[in-house]
Amino acid sequence: MDGMSAPSPVELDEPEVDDLVAPATPWVTIVWNDPVNLMSYVTFVFQKYFGYSKKKSEKLMMEVHNDGKSAVSSGSREEMERDVQAMHEYGLWATLEKQD
Amino acid sequence: MGGFSYHRRGKQIIATFSGFEADLLRSLASQLVELLRNEVAAPAESDDPLEALLDFSGPTTEPEDPVLKRLFPSAYGNDEEAAGEFRRFTEGGLRDGKARAASTIIDSLEEAGLPPELDEDGLVIDVELPIPDAEAWMRSFTDIRLALATRLGVEEGDEDFWDSLPDDDPAGQVYGIYQWVGILQETMVEALWAAS
Repeated sequence: MDGMSAPSPVELDEPEVDDLVAPATPWVTIVWNDPVNLMSYVTFVFQKYFGYSKKKSEKLMMEVHNDGKSAVSSGSREEMERDVQAMHEYGLWATLEKQD
Repeated sequence: MGGFSYHRRGKQIIATFSGFEADLLRSLASQLVELLRNEVAAPAESDDPLEALLDFSGPTTEPEDPVLKRLFPSAYGNDEEAAGEFRRFTEGGLRDGKARAASTIIDSLEEAGLPPELDEDGLVIDVELPIPDAEAWMRSFTDIRLALATRLGVEEGDEDFWDSLPDDDPAGQVYGIYQWVGILQETMVEALWAAS
Protein backbone atom coordinates (compact mmCIF):
# COMPACT_ATOMS: atom_id res chain seq x y z
CA MET A 1 0.00 0.00 0.00
CA ASP A 2 1.33 3.41 -0.83
CA GLY A 3 0.28 6.51 1.00
CA MET A 4 -1.95 7.91 -1.73
CA SER A 5 -5.63 8.02 -1.06
CA ALA A 6 -7.14 5.06 -2.82
CA PRO A 7 -10.60 5.37 -4.34
CA SER A 8 -13.09 3.77 -2.07
CA PRO A 9 -14.27 0.45 -3.40
CA VAL A 10 -17.50 0.49 -5.32
CA GLU A 11 -20.31 -0.95 -3.33
CA LEU A 12 -21.92 -3.81 -5.20
CA ASP A 13 -25.22 -5.35 -4.31
CA GLU A 14 -23.77 -8.81 -4.30
CA PRO A 15 -25.63 -11.46 -2.40
CA GLU A 16 -23.68 -12.83 0.51
CA VAL A 17 -22.52 -16.28 -0.48
CA ASP A 18 -21.19 -18.57 2.14
CA ASP A 19 -18.62 -20.82 0.42
CA LEU A 20 -19.20 -23.52 2.96
CA VAL A 21 -22.92 -23.62 2.35
CA ALA A 22 -22.99 -23.11 -1.42
CA PRO A 23 -22.91 -26.39 -3.36
CA ALA A 24 -19.25 -27.20 -3.85
CA THR A 25 -19.58 -29.29 -7.00
CA PRO A 26 -22.35 -28.07 -9.24
CA TRP A 27 -20.71 -29.05 -12.58
CA VAL A 28 -19.86 -32.44 -14.08
CA THR A 29 -17.70 -33.70 -16.94
CA ILE A 30 -19.52 -36.23 -19.11
CA VAL A 31 -17.64 -38.67 -21.35
CA TRP A 32 -19.74 -40.09 -24.21
CA ASN A 33 -19.43 -43.44 -25.92
CA ASP A 34 -17.95 -43.54 -29.40
CA PRO A 35 -17.38 -46.51 -31.70
CA VAL A 36 -13.65 -45.85 -32.06
CA ASN A 37 -11.87 -45.53 -28.75
CA LEU A 38 -10.54 -48.75 -27.23
CA MET A 39 -11.82 -49.84 -23.83
CA SER A 40 -8.25 -50.23 -22.56
CA TYR A 41 -7.31 -46.76 -23.79
CA VAL A 42 -10.33 -45.08 -22.15
CA THR A 43 -9.48 -46.84 -18.87
CA PHE A 44 -5.85 -45.74 -19.21
CA VAL A 45 -6.87 -42.10 -19.74
CA PHE A 46 -9.14 -42.05 -16.64
CA GLN A 47 -6.36 -43.59 -14.57
CA LYS A 48 -3.63 -41.34 -15.92
CA TYR A 49 -5.43 -37.99 -16.00
CA PHE A 50 -7.75 -38.23 -12.98
CA GLY A 51 -5.45 -40.44 -10.91
CA TYR A 52 -8.29 -42.92 -10.29
CA SER A 53 -7.54 -46.54 -9.39
CA LYS A 54 -7.62 -49.05 -12.24
CA LYS A 55 -10.79 -50.53 -10.76
CA LYS A 56 -12.64 -47.20 -10.64
CA SER A 57 -11.36 -46.30 -14.12
CA GLU A 58 -12.66 -49.58 -15.50
CA LYS A 59 -16.05 -49.05 -13.84
CA LEU A 60 -16.38 -45.59 -15.42
CA MET A 61 -15.24 -46.95 -18.78
CA MET A 62 -17.89 -49.69 -18.61
CA GLU A 63 -20.54 -47.05 -17.82
CA VAL A 64 -19.51 -45.13 -20.93
CA HIS A 65 -19.56 -48.34 -22.95
CA ASN A 66 -22.89 -49.73 -21.67
CA ASP A 67 -24.90 -46.62 -20.82
CA GLY A 68 -23.53 -44.39 -23.58
CA LYS A 69 -22.09 -41.89 -21.13
CA SER A 70 -20.66 -41.41 -17.67
CA ALA A 71 -20.07 -38.49 -15.33
CA VAL A 72 -16.34 -38.87 -14.70
CA SER A 73 -15.60 -35.84 -12.54
CA SER A 74 -17.31 -32.98 -10.75
CA GLY A 75 -16.28 -29.57 -9.47
CA SER A 76 -16.38 -25.91 -10.37
CA ARG A 77 -17.15 -24.85 -13.91
CA GLU A 78 -13.52 -23.83 -14.47
CA GLU A 79 -12.25 -27.19 -13.24
CA MET A 80 -14.68 -29.04 -15.50
CA GLU A 81 -13.62 -26.94 -18.49
CA ARG A 82 -10.05 -28.03 -17.78
CA ASP A 83 -11.12 -31.67 -17.58
CA VAL A 84 -13.11 -31.47 -20.82
CA GLN A 85 -10.14 -29.85 -22.55
CA ALA A 86 -7.90 -32.67 -21.32
CA MET A 87 -10.38 -35.30 -22.53
CA HIS A 88 -10.38 -33.65 -25.99
CA GLU A 89 -6.59 -33.73 -25.90
CA TYR A 90 -6.88 -37.50 -25.46
CA GLY A 91 -9.48 -37.75 -28.22
CA LEU A 92 -12.38 -38.65 -25.94
CA TRP A 93 -15.75 -37.05 -26.63
CA ALA A 94 -16.54 -35.01 -23.51
CA THR A 95 -18.91 -32.22 -22.50
CA LEU A 96 -19.62 -30.38 -19.28
CA GLU A 97 -22.96 -29.54 -17.78
CA LYS A 98 -24.54 -28.26 -14.62
CA GLN A 99 -25.37 -31.03 -12.23
CA ASP A 100 -29.10 -31.68 -11.77
CA MET B 1 4.01 -57.49 -36.22
CA GLY B 2 4.25 -57.69 -32.46
CA GLY B 3 3.46 -54.10 -31.59
CA PHE B 4 4.94 -52.33 -28.58
CA SER B 5 6.50 -53.66 -25.42
CA TYR B 6 8.15 -52.18 -22.36
CA HIS B 7 11.89 -52.59 -22.15
CA ARG B 8 12.47 -52.63 -18.41
CA ARG B 9 16.19 -52.07 -18.37
CA GLY B 10 16.16 -49.19 -20.83
CA LYS B 11 12.89 -47.78 -19.38
CA GLN B 12 11.68 -47.38 -22.95
CA ILE B 13 8.82 -48.58 -25.08
CA ILE B 14 10.12 -50.47 -28.08
CA ALA B 15 8.73 -51.79 -31.35
CA THR B 16 9.99 -53.10 -34.65
CA PHE B 17 8.41 -52.10 -37.95
CA SER B 18 9.05 -53.07 -41.53
CA GLY B 19 10.00 -50.18 -43.81
CA PHE B 20 6.54 -50.40 -45.34
CA GLU B 21 4.79 -50.19 -41.95
CA ALA B 22 6.97 -47.30 -40.79
CA ASP B 23 6.35 -45.46 -44.05
CA LEU B 24 2.60 -45.99 -43.68
CA LEU B 25 2.60 -44.65 -40.12
CA ARG B 26 4.61 -41.62 -41.21
CA SER B 27 2.15 -40.98 -44.02
CA LEU B 28 -0.85 -41.19 -41.65
CA ALA B 29 0.81 -38.87 -39.13
CA SER B 30 1.77 -36.41 -41.89
CA GLN B 31 -1.79 -36.30 -43.18
CA LEU B 32 -3.01 -35.54 -39.69
CA VAL B 33 -0.52 -32.67 -39.30
CA GLU B 34 -1.59 -31.32 -42.68
CA LEU B 35 -5.28 -31.50 -41.76
CA LEU B 36 -4.70 -29.78 -38.41
CA ARG B 37 -2.76 -26.97 -40.09
CA ASN B 38 -4.90 -26.79 -43.20
CA GLU B 39 -8.29 -25.48 -42.25
CA VAL B 40 -7.01 -22.56 -40.24
CA ALA B 41 -8.42 -22.23 -36.76
CA ALA B 42 -9.57 -18.75 -37.66
CA PRO B 43 -11.83 -16.53 -35.59
CA ALA B 44 -15.31 -15.81 -36.90
CA GLU B 45 -15.14 -13.21 -39.67
CA SER B 46 -15.80 -9.64 -38.80
CA ASP B 47 -17.25 -6.96 -41.10
CA ASP B 48 -14.80 -4.46 -39.66
CA PRO B 49 -11.43 -5.03 -41.39
CA LEU B 50 -9.46 -3.42 -38.57
CA GLU B 51 -11.22 -5.52 -35.96
CA ALA B 52 -10.64 -8.64 -38.08
CA LEU B 53 -6.91 -7.92 -38.33
CA LEU B 54 -6.60 -7.24 -34.64
CA ASP B 55 -8.44 -10.36 -33.54
CA PHE B 56 -5.84 -12.97 -32.70
CA SER B 57 -8.15 -15.13 -30.69
CA GLY B 58 -9.38 -18.59 -31.64
CA PRO B 59 -12.45 -19.70 -33.55
CA THR B 60 -15.88 -19.73 -31.96
CA THR B 61 -17.73 -21.98 -34.40
CA GLU B 62 -17.35 -25.70 -35.11
CA PRO B 63 -14.89 -26.68 -37.86
CA GLU B 64 -16.41 -27.55 -41.26
CA ASP B 65 -14.46 -30.77 -41.73
CA PRO B 66 -16.15 -33.75 -40.04
CA VAL B 67 -12.80 -35.09 -38.80
CA LEU B 68 -11.90 -31.77 -37.18
CA LYS B 69 -15.41 -31.57 -35.77
CA ARG B 70 -14.83 -34.93 -34.06
CA LEU B 71 -11.34 -33.97 -32.85
CA PHE B 72 -12.65 -30.70 -31.41
CA PRO B 73 -16.20 -31.45 -30.29
CA SER B 74 -18.51 -28.91 -28.74
CA ALA B 75 -17.89 -28.75 -24.97
CA TYR B 76 -21.42 -27.62 -24.13
CA GLY B 77 -24.31 -29.65 -25.51
CA ASN B 78 -26.95 -26.95 -25.50
CA ASP B 79 -25.25 -23.62 -24.89
CA GLU B 80 -23.86 -22.31 -28.16
CA GLU B 81 -22.41 -19.18 -26.64
CA ALA B 82 -20.53 -21.00 -23.90
CA ALA B 83 -19.35 -23.57 -26.46
CA GLY B 84 -18.04 -20.75 -28.65
CA GLU B 85 -16.15 -19.16 -25.76
CA PHE B 86 -14.64 -22.51 -24.78
CA ARG B 87 -13.57 -23.11 -28.37
CA ARG B 88 -12.02 -19.66 -28.64
CA PHE B 89 -9.74 -20.38 -25.71
CA THR B 90 -8.94 -24.05 -26.32
CA GLU B 91 -9.02 -25.05 -29.98
CA GLY B 92 -5.74 -23.40 -30.99
CA GLY B 93 -3.82 -25.09 -28.19
CA LEU B 94 -5.50 -28.45 -28.80
CA ARG B 95 -4.62 -28.26 -32.50
CA ASP B 96 -0.98 -27.50 -31.69
CA GLY B 97 -0.82 -30.36 -29.17
CA LYS B 98 -2.25 -32.87 -31.63
CA ALA B 99 0.04 -31.68 -34.42
CA ARG B 100 3.04 -31.96 -32.06
CA ALA B 101 2.08 -35.50 -31.06
CA ALA B 102 1.76 -36.55 -34.72
CA SER B 103 5.14 -34.92 -35.44
CA THR B 104 6.64 -37.00 -32.63
CA ILE B 105 5.67 -40.14 -34.58
CA ILE B 106 7.33 -38.78 -37.73
CA ASP B 107 10.49 -37.67 -35.88
CA SER B 108 10.86 -40.96 -33.97
CA LEU B 109 10.57 -43.01 -37.17
CA GLU B 110 13.08 -40.86 -39.04
CA GLU B 111 15.51 -40.86 -36.13
CA ALA B 112 15.21 -44.66 -36.14
CA GLY B 113 16.39 -44.69 -39.74
CA LEU B 114 13.33 -44.28 -41.96
CA PRO B 115 14.65 -42.45 -45.07
CA PRO B 116 12.70 -39.54 -46.63
CA GLU B 117 11.80 -41.81 -49.55
CA LEU B 118 11.34 -45.51 -48.92
CA ASP B 119 13.14 -47.20 -51.82
CA GLU B 120 14.78 -50.30 -50.42
CA ASP B 121 13.31 -53.68 -49.58
CA GLY B 122 13.92 -55.43 -46.30
CA LEU B 123 14.38 -52.28 -44.24
CA VAL B 124 13.73 -52.78 -40.51
CA ILE B 125 12.95 -49.85 -38.22
CA ASP B 126 13.51 -50.32 -34.48
CA VAL B 127 11.94 -47.52 -32.46
CA GLU B 128 12.89 -46.91 -28.84
CA LEU B 129 10.59 -44.41 -27.21
CA PRO B 130 11.05 -42.64 -23.87
CA ILE B 131 7.75 -42.75 -21.95
CA PRO B 132 6.61 -39.18 -22.80
CA ASP B 133 7.16 -39.86 -26.53
CA ALA B 134 5.30 -43.17 -26.23
CA GLU B 135 2.36 -41.32 -24.66
CA ALA B 136 2.39 -38.85 -27.56
CA TRP B 137 2.30 -41.80 -30.00
CA MET B 138 -0.59 -43.31 -28.06
CA ARG B 139 -2.63 -40.08 -28.15
CA SER B 140 -1.88 -39.58 -31.82
CA PHE B 141 -2.99 -43.14 -32.63
CA THR B 142 -6.39 -42.09 -31.28
CA ASP B 143 -6.48 -39.02 -33.51
CA ILE B 144 -5.45 -41.08 -36.54
CA ARG B 145 -8.10 -43.72 -35.76
CA LEU B 146 -10.78 -41.07 -35.21
CA ALA B 147 -9.83 -39.51 -38.57
CA LEU B 148 -9.94 -42.82 -40.45
CA ALA B 149 -13.18 -43.91 -38.75
CA THR B 150 -14.88 -40.59 -39.49
CA ARG B 151 -13.87 -40.74 -43.17
CA LEU B 152 -15.05 -44.37 -43.42
CA GLY B 153 -18.24 -43.85 -41.41
CA VAL B 154 -17.43 -46.54 -38.82
CA GLU B 155 -20.30 -47.22 -36.42
CA GLU B 156 -20.79 -49.30 -33.30
CA GLY B 157 -20.91 -53.03 -34.05
CA ASP B 158 -20.43 -52.83 -37.83
CA GLU B 159 -17.36 -55.12 -38.00
CA ASP B 160 -19.19 -57.73 -40.10
CA PHE B 161 -19.90 -55.19 -42.82
CA TRP B 162 -16.22 -54.25 -43.15
CA ASP B 163 -15.11 -57.87 -43.05
CA SER B 164 -17.55 -58.73 -45.84
CA LEU B 165 -15.98 -56.28 -48.30
CA PRO B 166 -13.92 -57.85 -51.12
CA ASP B 167 -10.14 -57.68 -50.77
CA ASP B 168 -9.75 -55.10 -53.51
CA ASP B 169 -12.29 -52.67 -52.03
CA PRO B 170 -10.38 -49.51 -51.05
CA ALA B 171 -12.70 -48.87 -48.07
CA GLY B 172 -11.95 -52.38 -46.82
CA GLN B 173 -8.23 -51.73 -47.16
CA VAL B 174 -8.49 -48.48 -45.21
CA TYR B 175 -10.51 -50.32 -42.57
CA GLY B 176 -7.66 -52.83 -42.34
CA ILE B 177 -5.24 -49.98 -41.66
CA TYR B 178 -7.65 -48.58 -39.06
CA GLN B 179 -7.71 -51.95 -37.30
CA TRP B 180 -3.95 -52.28 -37.50
CA VAL B 181 -3.45 -48.88 -35.79
CA GLY B 182 -5.95 -50.10 -33.17
CA ILE B 183 -3.84 -53.17 -32.47
CA LEU B 184 -0.73 -50.99 -32.22
CA GLN B 185 -2.54 -48.73 -29.77
CA GLU B 186 -3.73 -51.68 -27.70
CA THR B 187 -0.16 -52.96 -27.32
CA MET B 188 1.00 -49.41 -26.54
CA VAL B 189 -1.53 -49.10 -23.69
CA GLU B 190 -0.40 -52.48 -22.31
CA ALA B 191 3.26 -51.44 -22.56
CA LEU B 192 2.58 -48.15 -20.76
CA TRP B 193 0.73 -50.02 -18.02
CA ALA B 194 3.73 -52.30 -17.64
CA ALA B 195 5.95 -49.22 -17.37
CA SER B 196 3.87 -47.54 -14.65
